Amino acid sequence: MIALLIRDLRLAMRAGGGFGLGLAFFLIVVTLVPFGVGPQSDLLARIAAGILWLGALLACLLSLDRILALDWEDGSLDLLATAPLPMEAIVSIKALAHWLTTGLPLVLFAPVFGLLMNLPEAGYKPLVLSLLLGTPALSVIGTFGAALTVGLKRGGLLLSLLVLPLYVPTLIFGAEMARRGVEGLDITTPMLMLAGITCGTIALLPFASAAVLRVNLR
Amino acid sequence: MNLNALWAYANPKKFIQATDRVLPWISILAVLSLVVGLVWGFFFTPEDYRQGSTVKIIYLHVPSALMAINAWLMMLVTSLVWIVRRHHVSALAARAAAPVGAVMTLIALATGAIWGQPMWGTWWAWDPRLTSFLILFLFYLGYIALWEAIEDDDTAADLTSILCLVGSVFALLSRYAVNFWNQGLHQGASLSLDKEENVADVFYYPLLVCIAGFVLLFIALVFLRTQTEIRARRMRALLARERMG
Repeated sequence: MIALLIRDLRLAMRAGGGFGLGLAFFLIVVTLVPFGVGPQSDLLARIAAGILWLGALLACLLSLDRILALDWEDGSLDLLATAPLPMEAIVSIKALAHWLTTGLPLVLFAPVFGLLMNLPEAGYKPLVLSLLLGTPALSVIGTFGAALTVGLKRGGLLLSLLVLPLYVPTLIFGAEMARRGVEGLDITTPMLMLAGITCGTIALLPFASAAVLRVNLR
Repeated sequence: MNLNALWAYANPKKFIQATDRVLPWISILAVLSLVVGLVWGFFFTPEDYRQGSTVKIIYLHVPSALMAINAWLMMLVTSLVWIVRRHHVSALAARAAAPVGAVMTLIALATGAIWGQPMWGTWWAWDPRLTSFLILFLFYLGYIALWEAIEDDDTAADLTSILCLVGSVFALLSRYAVNFWNQGLHQGASLSLDKEENVADVFYYPLLVCIAGFVLLFIALVFLRTQTEIRARRMRALLARERMG
């Protein structure tokens, strides 16, 4: 399992792996938003938390088809399936590798982007905390979507259509938590709900992803 | 009735024979109750003292919203039957119900917008009920798109039924998440089994007839579409055999 994780991380880090691509995409979104809504700093401050969450979500979405598609194309997914590792473990590791290469950098760089978006000072801690709690759920749900569409030739657009509705609860609670943090309100309720969604998806969705992947490899 | 006898209709031939027999009756009943319910509702009920004639959109709005949710519920049940017992008719019925459910969702959203414009002064508000219906519509779209995208029938049935199960959980989660996210503009339930909060009797009875009409219409459409799917698949099998021979 560890070997698989290290292999996936190494593949992502090296050329063509797309490490940092999500981060760059995040930066572009944050750069483009002021062009779209205007540079007034009070307006930006008000929508900063929501935009940062949306940017993180889209950056996550962008890298989803890389989770399984490359392994599917060169046949290593078939080898993994015959390995003495349960399919549930494989998809969990894949999701973890995706989170480490996409979600975690987003969490770490979120304060910098918050600076660009003129995020009020009180908002930084809740924002980073909400992204830290929420992005694992995005990766796990995304792995399910990637497993669903792995056999398709042009699955990219379909993948977005399937995954984005599933992202709704995570986005609602994550953005709500960050917003409440900005306004100095109590963040306990959305934080607990967000953590609950993340724990629930991590515990249950790998079974669905593994079942789907088995069907696709049949 | 012995519930086990129901499984006999998992045989495609039996299913087509049985539905062929009941389909004309269901269709006639559906048309009849829709005509009676809508004419009764539109022309023979008083106008509401505050809403005026716009109240009458309830005869389309409530039944279609009801069917939008129940269609998904039916897809959930048939998907489960496919996963557990692997009856092809069940998977095809789920496939047949999806577009009907999507259209029902769209009707509910559209009639709601038409009613909302004069009553709330806006076509659309980010109200929990409205928002969750929009999300439900997106789920329908994803489900239909996945069916269309996969070539192999059994793979498509497997994948879409798992998507339906996972999607149901997330749809339910979204329903309560949006409640938390925004306060509602939409009124409470118009109908419920405890009679206290129901609409007035003059509107209630034609509404029941309309709901019956929508239910029958849904059943008729699903039967018809499932038959079409079965026949299309049989035709493909025959063509393939001919090419081989």
